[in-house]
Amino acid sequence: MSGFLNSSIGRKYTMALSAFFLMIFILQHFAINILSVLSPDTFNETSHFMGTNALVQYGLQPVLLFGVVYHFVMGFILEIKNRNARAISYAKNNGAANSTWMSRNMIWSGGFILVFLIIHFLDFWFPEINTKYIQGDMSGLLADGEGYRYYEELTHKFEPIWRVALYCLGFVFLSLHLLHGFSSAFQSVGANNKYTKGLKGFGKAYAVLIPLGFIFIALFHHFNH
Amino acid sequence: MNLTLKIWRQKGPQSKGKMVEYKVTEISEHMSFLEMMDVLNEQLTNKDEEPVAFDHDCREGICGMCSMYINGEAHGPDRGVTTCQLHMRMFKDGDTITIEPFRAKAFPVIKDLVIDRSSFERIQQAGGFISVNTSGNTQDANAIPIDKHAADTAMDAATCIGCGACVASCKNSSAMLFVGAKVSQYALLPQGQVEATDRVKNMVAQMDLEGFGNCTNTGACEVECPKGISLENIARMNREFFAASIKG
Amino acid sequence: MSVLDSKVPKGPLKDKWTTYKDKINLVNPANKRNIDVIVVGTGLAGGSAAATLAELGYRVKAFCYQDSPRRAHSIAAQGGINAAKNYQGDGDSTYRLFYDTVKGGDYRSREANVYRLAEVSANIIDQCVAQGVPFARDYGGLLDNRSFGGVLVSRTFYAKGQTGQQLLLGAYSAMNRQIARGKIEMYNRHEMLDVVKVNGKARGIIARNLVTGEIERHSAHAVVIASGGYGNVYFLSTNAMGSNATAAWKIHKKGAFFANPCYTQIHPTCIPRSGDYQSKLTLMSESLRNDGRIWVPKNMEDVLAIREGKLKPTQLSEEQRDYYLERRYPAFGNLVPRDVASRAAKERCDAGYGVNATGEAVYLDFKSAIERYGLEQAKIQGIQDASKEKITALGEAVVEEKYGNLFQMYEKIVDENPYKTPMMIYPATHYTMGGVWVDYNLMTTVEGLYCIGEANFSDHGANRLGASALMQGLADGYFVLPYTIGDYLSHEIRTGKIPTDSPEFDTAEKEVTERINFFVNNKGTHSVDYFHKRLGKVMWDKCGMSRNADGLKEAIAEIKAIREEFYKEVKVPGSANEMNPELEKAGRVADFLELGELFAKDALMREESCGGHFREESVEIDGEQKGEAKRNDKDYAFVAAWEYKGEPSDAVLHKEQLEFKDIELKQRSYK
Repeated sequence: MSGFLNSSIGRKYTMALSAFFLMIFILQHFAINILSVLSPDTFNETSHFMGTNALVQYGLQPVLLFGVVYHFVMGFILEIKNRNARAISYAKNNGAANSTWMSRNMIWSGGFILVFLIIHFLDFWFPEINTKYIQGDMSGLLADGEGYRYYEELTHKFEPIWRVALYCLGFVFLSLHLLHGFSSAFQSVGANNKYTKGLKGFGKAYAVLIPLGFIFIALFHHFNH
Repeated sequence: MNLTLKIWRQKGPQSKGKMVEYKVTEISEHMSFLEMMDVLNEQLTNKDEEPVAFDHDCREGICGMCSMYINGEAHGPDRGVTTCQLHMRMFKDGDTITIEPFRAKAFPVIKDLVIDRSSFERIQQAGGFISVNTSGNTQDANAIPIDKHAADTAMDAATCIGCGACVASCKNSSAMLFVGAKVSQYALLPQGQVEATDRVKNMVAQMDLEGFGNCTNTGACEVECPKGISLENIARMNREFFAASIKG
Repeated sequence: MSVLDSKVPKGPLKDKWTTYKDKINLVNPANKRNIDVIVVGTGLAGGSAAATLAELGYRVKAFCYQDSPRRAHSIAAQGGINAAKNYQGDGDSTYRLFYDTVKGGDYRSREANVYRLAEVSANIIDQCVAQGVPFARDYGGLLDNRSFGGVLVSRTFYAKGQTGQQLLLGAYSAMNRQIARGKIEMYNRHEMLDVVKVNGKARGIIARNLVTGEIERHSAHAVVIASGGYGNVYFLSTNAMGSNATAAWKIHKKGAFFANPCYTQIHPTCIPRSGDYQSKLTLMSESLRNDGRIWVPKNMEDVLAIREGKLKPTQLSEEQRDYYLERRYPAFGNLVPRDVASRAAKERCDAGYGVNATGEAVYLDFKSAIERYGLEQAKIQGIQDASKEKITALGEAVVEEKYGNLFQMYEKIVDENPYKTPMMIYPATHYTMGGVWVDYNLMTTVEGLYCIGEANFSDHGANRLGASALMQGLADGYFVLPYTIGDYLSHEIRTGKIPTDSPEFDTAEKEVTERINFFVNNKGTHSVDYFHKRLGKVMWDKCGMSRNADGLKEAIAEIKAIREEFYKEVKVPGSANEMNPELEKAGRVADFLELGELFAKDALMREESCGGHFREESVEIDGEQKGEAKRNDKDYAFVAAWEYKGEPSDAVLHKEQLEFKDIELKQRSYK
């Protein structure tokens, strides 16, 4: 299997597998976030569960972290390799004639998503880790002890317009990334058959609707608080 | 029509090349692109300049020798054709046409527009065959019936002419369409099954060794392929490779 | 007694090959490892021979001028490959394939060779399927056949319109396997420029590395030439740009006799020339004639109006059209053999009825076929009172299914839609039946020097049937040469490695180098193509589809004059020590300029019409066959093998009398 992981196709496989995992994760993330619009209480409860459940915290969270890191690191490694595969670039290249902008610029959409993720981690994940595992406060309650803190924290973050704008932009890039990435992941694992056409349509819908949903949530909280 | 040509000139494999501009006049729209190049070369010869070296042979789109990157596309702007089948009616009077060799680290330039595609040869040698000796007593050709659909799909994969347009068009210089087509042809036929595991592993290993890039599924290769080889062949190779790796 | 010994084994025709194989000497595996064989050319014949010899254990060095063996021009063959499998149960047999081939060749081939070819044909299909060649199959999963070239059975196996490509890739894959095993040393982008003889035996070649310009010496115990035909002597042909006769011509100059150079096949269905810039002609499969009807306008005014663009061919009524093949040959109609169809097109165009600007094109019309298929489909689909448009659409769909790729190719080249307006076609040089003389063992008149495939004078006599070239190439390479060469090599086991520092190699290399230096230093005024085009024009006009004594005499003088001017005035830019395509062309055209003259000399000698060689003086004068080709079996039933003596005009004729014991000689009639 080590041969597999060092081969070009093996690496594509693992890129696709991590992508599948991340796409499922995003779906789940979205499902929880949309609760903040529909029912703040349910949102709080679900957040608390996710934030304190041992299986999620010690099982899924490390896998997720590994998936994210792997997808980015391997993405960059492959990009460098791919660039090196052509020593002299074309004086004139008409890429638009044969492929989409999204497919040719995964490294840029991915790169911007990375910037966004760093900010996102600074905003939410690091404070969470700090509160729970450094301060040792696993209660999930607000400082005054009156109810859960998650919804408050969320709405608070979306007050400054610059952050909302940045998040929206981040999701636009996520959409661009997914517009190619969704169907590309299936092709990478060898799924290209009579279902491919339908799958591509579904992928496009996913790539547009999910980020749009996130944008909606961000705007909703910005304008309602 | 009159045209301005910007052509990559490079004296030899080790020399540094550069784009050089030429003018050609009175080009007929019925000429093939290579016949237009013939006109330029005749003109250069008469002026005691060295003609532009380019690969070509059959001039009917089947040998896979011609390999020009024209106005930013492998084999130029037309679809389903090689450079030799590209006709000048695709261009307009007064156009400037940029002509470069297929570029990839695994396809080093030999001279001007001529490239070295021996990396493709080595990939084929790594496993692009069925090990059967010529004995005159192999079993009868009709001994194993083959599903028509599988035979036709194998034939579609086998129409690859090995020109390298897929590599040239790919932003990553990946050779996956070429290798995928060859792996697919054999994977689809019962005769190819015996060696399937080793074949795909060896061919992919050689492909990686040659310094081709990785496939990122942009699909540019499929669009530019003069023979319309489908991306399905890459997917099939990925499956084959995965299965082979698990088998060990 | 002729100096030519065909070495045909004794015994009944049917047993010759089997008996021969039983009796030949073999080389033991341990000795094979120490024997070198050089194969020049990697098409169907060379590729299959190189692979098979390597499988047997010989050390093989293979050479091709392209950047890969897979690019040899065998790849361009479209239609199919014949084999006497009788899968269709329509009465085919080895004998019938043998008979059709001899008859199709107008009784100018060697019986024993052709029978052997028919005999091994079935093995070829087995071998190719085992290699993974994706032949067309029917819904039951079994191999499909089509009928071809006017024979009475369906024996042609095919892989879409790319049969040559698939067979070549099969041979190429077999080569790759041996290259990987280290049994074949492959020399791509190398051109053989001379053969080296030591004590009368072929012992190696001088080759030029086309990338670096380096001159290399390669030694071997036997040399096999599989470099294809010489159709490019016409400049314009359906051959590849690089197809050349240099290897064949060089061995001719070193003692291999050259046989029947005047037998060339002009294929009737090619896309016409559109202007003087044209570099090559494109063939469209003969199968188009199954459904297309060939015609020119009846009236000269219509011809002129069409040429000026004032009239469209579709505007002409049936009465205004001359379906000249159907008129002249009611029995076979549009399906007469290639040579007959080509000459008939030339006859009409010479009479002024050519329909394009150059006056060299006739129509191939699918209108009737589209209508016929359309009506058929309407009936099948149960459509009552189908409109004319509906019928046309249904018919077009059927035609597209059958010939779609050819129609698309035509449209790309000519920029006209052949579904809506008739195709224009004109004959073009396609294949050369003549070539290096070989005996039953495929050995030339030089010991240890073999010649296979289109390069030899072959099994096709004076005319080749469709789908037989692929069969011959693979038969020679896979199943014949590997046996016959073993018989010769069995005497070489004590020879040891052939040194390349002998005086013979020195001399050969010196000659090659001097010739190259001559070209790069010759400060002439005209490019190589300038001379090649002039040679081509003489060949086409005077040694083309029909020939006469006066024209041939003129051709001989003119070619000689062009050759002399060539050596004075040719200009080759660049240097010898680099990749130099113009230099490569110069050497090839120099050889064509000699071969062309021998061609005309041979055509002049053969005062009969047979197959692809039509002498205007030798036609039927009266009776039903009036105006048709007249063969002369009494005086010309021989192979003309020419011995090189300096100038082509000095070549000496040797005759190998052809004996037909199993076949009665008949006139070919298509009326």
